Amino acid sequence: MKTNRTALTNADKIFYSVNDLILLFALCIVLYPLIYMFSASVSDRLAVVSGKVFLWPVDFSLEGYAAIFKDPRILPAYANTVYYTVIGTVINVALTIMAAYPLSRKTMVGRNVLMYLFAFTMIFHGGLIPNYLLMKDLGLIDSRWALILPGAIAVWNMIIARTFFQTTISQELFEAASMDGCSHFRFLWSIVLPLSKAIIAVLVLFYGISHWNAYFNAFIYLKSKSLFPLQIVLRDILIQNEIDPSTITDPESMTKKQGLADLLKYSVIIVASLPVWLVYPFVQKHFVKGVMIGSIKG
Amino acid sequence: MEQTASEAIARPGAALRKERILLKRMRHDYQLYLLLLLPIVWLVIFQYVPMAGVQLAFKNFRIMEGIWGSPWIGFDHFERFFNSPQFTRVVGNTILISLYELIAGFPLPIMLALALNATLRTKFKTAVQFVTYMPFFISTVVMVGMILQFLNPRIGIVNMAIGLFGGEPVNFMGDPSWFKSVYVWSGIWQTTGWGTIIYLAALSGISPEIHEAATIDGASRLQRVWHIDLPGIAPTIVTLLILNAGSIMGIGFEKIYLMQNPLNIASSEVISTYVYSVSLASSAPNYAYATAIGLFNSVVNMILILLVNQIAKKVGETSLW
Repeated sequence: MKTNRTALTNADKIFYSVNDLILLFALCIVLYPLIYMFSASVSDRLAVVSGKVFLWPVDFSLEGYAAIFKDPRILPAYANTVYYTVIGTVINVALTIMAAYPLSRKTMVGRNVLMYLFAFTMIFHGGLIPNYLLMKDLGLIDSRWALILPGAIAVWNMIIARTFFQTTISQELFEAASMDGCSHFRFLWSIVLPLSKAIIAVLVLFYGISHWNAYFNAFIYLKSKSLFPLQIVLRDILIQNEIDPSTITDPESMTKKQGLADLLKYSVIIVASLPVWLVYPFVQKHFVKGVMIGSIKG
Repeated sequence: MEQTASEAIARPGAALRKERILLKRMRHDYQLYLLLLLPIVWLVIFQYVPMAGVQLAFKNFRIMEGIWGSPWIGFDHFERFFNSPQFTRVVGNTILISLYELIAGFPLPIMLALALNATLRTKFKTAVQFVTYMPFFISTVVMVGMILQFLNPRIGIVNMAIGLFGGEPVNFMGDPSWFKSVYVWSGIWQTTGWGTIIYLAALSGISPEIHEAATIDGASRLQRVWHIDLPGIAPTIVTLLILNAGSIMGIGFEKIYLMQNPLNIASSEVISTYVYSVSLASSAPNYAYATAIGLFNSVVNMILILLVNQIAKKVGETSLW
């Protein structure tokens, strides 16, 4: 319905103004910290620690970013995270579809029981210690698989995919294809998957970002520093305040050293979040679609 | 299946035929079961084996004998937890933080979604959505890193602003009385925008004709928000409220643990971090005791979800299942 702006009553004019002010307030609250972090990361360290940076960068400098490359932990961890994200996501998406597609076929015998077994894990799970002991028995402690196998299927994503298959791939379509001698495998591969690019995109995004940001499994299961993903190193730097002394070349005063350490934190936050924020504008609508498919009761 | 069995006595021929049809269908669909093979193996190993491992909560764990070989001791671990001085503190913090989160955070995405839905400026609406979704994609580690930087007593922007207005710097992270607020409000900052998606989807499902009819009857936009939009998304609100109320005991580990320090521990120790601290983080780890605490938490959680769902069924037509 088109609303003609000039024809608004006074009460409505006030309503729309107040409403837009509320939105503007929300926008500023969210945006300000993001802008501040970026500005701080490209400002001079002294400007940052003395409080001269409030919104825009002051005395532009890339010193913080240069320090990142000097820290021997960050780049290998970055590479590890890329590895976990790529391999993990491929396995996630493959297994999720392998579970979701059969469970979406209404004619399959035993479908409801299996569905219940999957769904039950969303409200009850073993907990920290039984999981830890299982990983120990399987010999997965301190292995790369510890970051990939336990979460190989996110049941919530599986349900989203199943709902999608159920609503877009009709039983008639399969019956028609099977008349022509098409098997389930063939049907899935040559008809279902090409028709399901939207949901595959959604799965890749959900799983990819969760791997990129994952912290818990690495924290619990990994011991070797060479396997650490980025989030573990970030924790050391941002929260434990463990800055590698070799990154700070400046032999001058302690304040300057601390200044560089603080600057490095802002830069590292930006570098860690950048890949996600770069893909975000392109994928936003897919995420929204994923949430909407997921919200349909199924 | 039971039906088939009773029919088998009465009319053996029909039941046999039914079974044969079932078997035939299964054989026809064998490829579907092959596809499900790996997911089911995963489900059993990584979900159901740990569930069976929960028996550890009732055992005296001896590492050499493993979970299955250790002797049973009944409810000793539970009794020890209920009688320990930690119990009220840890359970109390868990419930307080969750309730605070629910009460402060739940209405905000609804309000933001209603506001987004009501604005006439479509480009502005898109921009606000785009920006407010962004924090959702920040990792927990980075989020806590940001909190520490912003609230730093020396160089944090928040304390600099306080100083500008003549106030004394506040050591937010070192003061137990600030912990819960910092935890909850940073979470609200991160997730409110994202939380609007589901309400906006529900709002887009409201027929425009209802709005048109109301406009003709002289309803103002505010009245339409109140009498059309809000009731229109009420089922969605109830469903999400059920989900959230059901997870009151289920507060996650990561963010709390990362925000914890010895100064704020009195206010920040929750069940999940306590389980970690008595087991994997401890120099004398007590696996069975930790499992019992975790099980207590899971069971209370499950009961809450089922209970709230039951209440919702009685009160309205909305329920999760």
